[in-house]
Amino acid sequence: MRYTPHTASDKEQMLRTIGLSRIEQLFDHIPQSLRERAAISLASGLTEVKVKKRMAALAAKNATPEGWSFFLGGGIYHHAIPSTVDAVISRSEFSTSYTPYQPEVSQGTLQAMYEFQTLMCQLTGMEVSNAGLYDGASATAEAILMARRIQSESRRRVFVSRSLHPQYRAVVSTYLRNLEDTELVEIPFDRNGGTDAEFLAREVDEKAMCVVVGYPNFFGVIEELAPIQEACARSGALFVTVTTEPLSLALLKPPGAWGADIAVGEGQSLGVPMSLGGPGFGFFTCRKKFVRSLPGRLAGETVDHEGRRGFVLTLSTREQHIRREKATSNICTSQTLCALAATVFMATLGKSGMRRLAEVNVCRAHDAQGRLVKDAGLAPAFTGPFFNEFVLRSKGLARSQSRFAAEKIIPGIPLAPWYPELQDCLLVCVTEMNEGEEIERLVRTFSGD
Amino acid sequence: MEYPEGLKFTKEHEWVLVEDQVAIIGITEYAEQELGDVVYVELPEVGEKIVKDDPFGAVESVKAVSDIYAPVSGTVVEVNDTLPDSPETINDDPYGDGWLIKVEMTDKDDLKDLMSAEEYAEYVEQQKAEEDGEEESEDEE
Amino acid sequence: MSEHSPGTDLRRSAPPLIFESGSPGRSGFFWPEEKGEGGEKIPSELLRDDIPGFPELGELEVLRHFTRLSHLNYAIESQFYPLGSCTMKYNPKVNEVVARLPGFSSLHPLAPPELIQGALELLYELEEMLAEISGMAHVTLQPAAGAQGELTGLMVIRACLRERSNPRRKIIVPDTAHGTNPASSTLCGYEVVQISSSNRGMVEAAKVAEVMDEEVAALMLTNPNTLGIFEKNIQEIAEVVHKKGGLVYLDGANLNALMGIAKPGDMGVDVLHINLHKTFSTPHGGGGPGAGPVGVKSFLRDFLPVPRILKKDGSFVLREDFAKSVGRVRSFFGNFGILVRAYAYIISLGSDGLEEASRMALLNANYLRKKLEGAYQLAYPEPCMHECVFTDRLQQRHGVATLDIAKRLLDYGFHPPTIYFPLVVSGALMIEPTETENREILDAFADAMNSIAREAKEHPDLVKGAPYTTPVGRLDEARAARKPVLRWEPAKE
Repeated sequence: MRYTPHTASDKEQMLRTIGLSRIEQLFDHIPQSLRERAAISLASGLTEVKVKKRMAALAAKNATPEGWSFFLGGGIYHHAIPSTVDAVISRSEFSTSYTPYQPEVSQGTLQAMYEFQTLMCQLTGMEVSNAGLYDGASATAEAILMARRIQSESRRRVFVSRSLHPQYRAVVSTYLRNLEDTELVEIPFDRNGGTDAEFLAREVDEKAMCVVVGYPNFFGVIEELAPIQEACARSGALFVTVTTEPLSLALLKPPGAWGADIAVGEGQSLGVPMSLGGPGFGFFTCRKKFVRSLPGRLAGETVDHEGRRGFVLTLSTREQHIRREKATSNICTSQTLCALAATVFMATLGKSGMRRLAEVNVCRAHDAQGRLVKDAGLAPAFTGPFFNEFVLRSKGLARSQSRFAAEKIIPGIPLAPWYPELQDCLLVCVTEMNEGEEIERLVRTFSGD
Repeated sequence: MEYPEGLKFTKEHEWVLVEDQVAIIGITEYAEQELGDVVYVELPEVGEKIVKDDPFGAVESVKAVSDIYAPVSGTVVEVNDTLPDSPETINDDPYGDGWLIKVEMTDKDDLKDLMSAEEYAEYVEQQKAEEDGEEESEDEE
Repeated sequence: MSEHSPGTDLRRSAPPLIFESGSPGRSGFFWPEEKGEGGEKIPSELLRDDIPGFPELGELEVLRHFTRLSHLNYAIESQFYPLGSCTMKYNPKVNEVVARLPGFSSLHPLAPPELIQGALELLYELEEMLAEISGMAHVTLQPAAGAQGELTGLMVIRACLRERSNPRRKIIVPDTAHGTNPASSTLCGYEVVQISSSNRGMVEAAKVAEVMDEEVAALMLTNPNTLGIFEKNIQEIAEVVHKKGGLVYLDGANLNALMGIAKPGDMGVDVLHINLHKTFSTPHGGGGPGAGPVGVKSFLRDFLPVPRILKKDGSFVLREDFAKSVGRVRSFFGNFGILVRAYAYIISLGSDGLEEASRMALLNANYLRKKLEGAYQLAYPEPCMHECVFTDRLQQRHGVATLDIAKRLLDYGFHPPTIYFPLVVSGALMIEPTETENREILDAFADAMNSIAREAKEHPDLVKGAPYTTPVGRLDEARAARKPVLRWEPAKE
């Protein structure tokens, strides 16, 4: 049988050692009423050849950037991934190892985790980083839950910007629904496409627990963080930023430099394939003084009995396997392999490569946006600065669907399902993977030529 | 194992030294040894009120967290501020430099049901014997 | 001293950190400058300088670094991993190959549904297959891991009870449960009521009845439990819970013991989660990514997270308009790449293969139990399923503890079992061999364990000083926790 190495004689000898004669005796203590209904009714097993055929047939029904021109972002980005990344994460020593609870035989994973934590701190400008969470959305929810642990019970109002990713807002509201003392308040966005600072200045007071904004936000807009930080500092609310496109932080002033208390986000764009939006990883960074409230795993440096440097999982008493119902979170994975992919990605690109790639994104996105406005007559929906995504208004978006399909172009993400006030608006993303010829065709198709 | 005379003890292995209205509180040598290397201590702030038999803080080792229960009720007047930097003091000197907090007691009657050094020594021996006894009898299964 | 001095074994020593090697200006990435500096299009006050301390390495340097790190790891493909409750089975290569097909790995989640029909078909079928295997009516694939599955399942329970009357206040959790059970309960706004297992390592219906009242929302049970023992009374227990209007949650971490042997859906279970990185062979990756689908009985369908995938006129559509739904628990579609691997595993094995997998998992566990029961004390005499739990009681006589046994195993080339869990067993050694190991490796492991038991008697200090052959010795965890150093920083001038 597939993947079970037992021969008939193995089974016989093993049963004899145990003192049994039939396999069924191993579970005859289970109630008969359960056993008699337990048969699984699925197809028979397939050969490897047939498995590959079936999977290829399913894969062929999906549109990929090989056959289509994608201008899709919105939290998941199509970027160049150096071949070093898959080479490293395909190594079975990384992919088939367990959580490094036995540090003597897990130094590979642990040192890489420590390097990852350092890279994320450098990129975000923050003091500490954990080893990773599920995704950007749950990292946002965890940031709010951490703020709830830090702040007193008189502060239970959470301000979340409407320009934050709508799915992240949905996850946050799911996580908070059962914590009855905590209230969610939505901050509107202004004409720039950024968080409404006047609203904030007016509403954020001594009851505020934290203020959560996207950076860049869901519209691709690079938020003006100084007034938000001021509102937080004045009222004592914690300032939380959420970044879905961390490549931008190679170029932009990072959250730490703007005075963020907690900076989280989705790490997919750093070397992880899009894979229908998962797995990627959530990153979670904050001020050092909050480290005891941090959710998730942490690798720390120490020495062995001979004084050699080594790494261990540390501050574990925060976690569920020790503190149980009093743990900082219920999480017990850290998307380690995805975080490793990001570590290899950032190590390969390095200081200059990360900046260059970020600049190429800015360059192409701005070039495309300019052309779409000038040559295709589309109107920018917002005036704020952007990184590699922007929102355009296009009357008759629905009517042009078939034209785009014929050209095999997915021009962007329609925003109306999440923002009824943004009818006819499209979130367009341009990365280094969109060649000039693709952008030409996008402009042409919009123009109706 | 040491059981200094003049201290009062709880069943949760805290000790109390009374100086007038002020109670100095720490954890016993037995508690410290059971826990292993202390790596972190969570203590209340000066001015906070603590309530007899309720947890007022926690001591952590690498793989365990142990609540500390208040042997008396009162207001915290001093906290051992050397502990955050060197929690190992609790292992090195549990009855001396490893003290945790000083409390202004609200009711001295709180001390009545605490154990003397002699009684506590007996209590610890009893606990140890119970553990060993369990192991012995189960060994024979 | 240079790392390359004679006598330095590069295969067994850790490389410097990526921040400590390389040279300014180096990069493993080539992309020519494009017209106009990108930075000029963004106001300069929004831009940063170079990232201080960021690595500067060449491509080969990067690869050598991580390859050397990899040599310091144990992994399934090099060693046997008898980790209890973790199901470290072989992660088939074909799953890795198909998950990397661009038709899966290069999909964008916000592409129009008509352009990702193959992906939606796969997800839809995987939901149905997992429902069939577990005996549940409906499955959601959204949760990113087992713990998020638990949270989702509890949210479903809460939403259902709220609709009936009130969400109630408490969750009953046995003392043998995984730590995630109580942690998830708290996160869902519940208080935890812990109950103790019997001296036979099982939960008893009478014990549940004692604490079961109209304030209890659910009982969380693991079956087989973390002692590897089948909770025989589960149907009776479920009845006690249901009678008072509560629901039964099953932690499906140990589903690898049950395929074709008993279906949770028949046990009175209302909600369960499944760890795809355990039973369904997706790689652990050193701690994720995993996936934690949740299955429910039909009366709970409308409370499942959105989006749901429905089949309509032969094609697959996404729907979010379920008023009773708990909402969204993860962005997009969950850990799709992991779901692809689990799908490939299930169609590779089919019904027969899955049933055989569980049977052989039981055979291997019982075989090891027999081979070790002379030298180690079993925690409970009950028959075991896919894992068994021993204690260090016999070794403690010589001053040797479970941790020492675990570390000594490393010198024999084996990863230790799960240790000190479940918490109800003092000095627990929890062993789960899984079905993919052959008899020879089980024999070799048993020989190593028995040899360590002898060493514990004859040379206890040898065992207590282990390991001797690993890249680093026992690490000072107290030091790491007292003064946490959680990132590299450039040396101060």
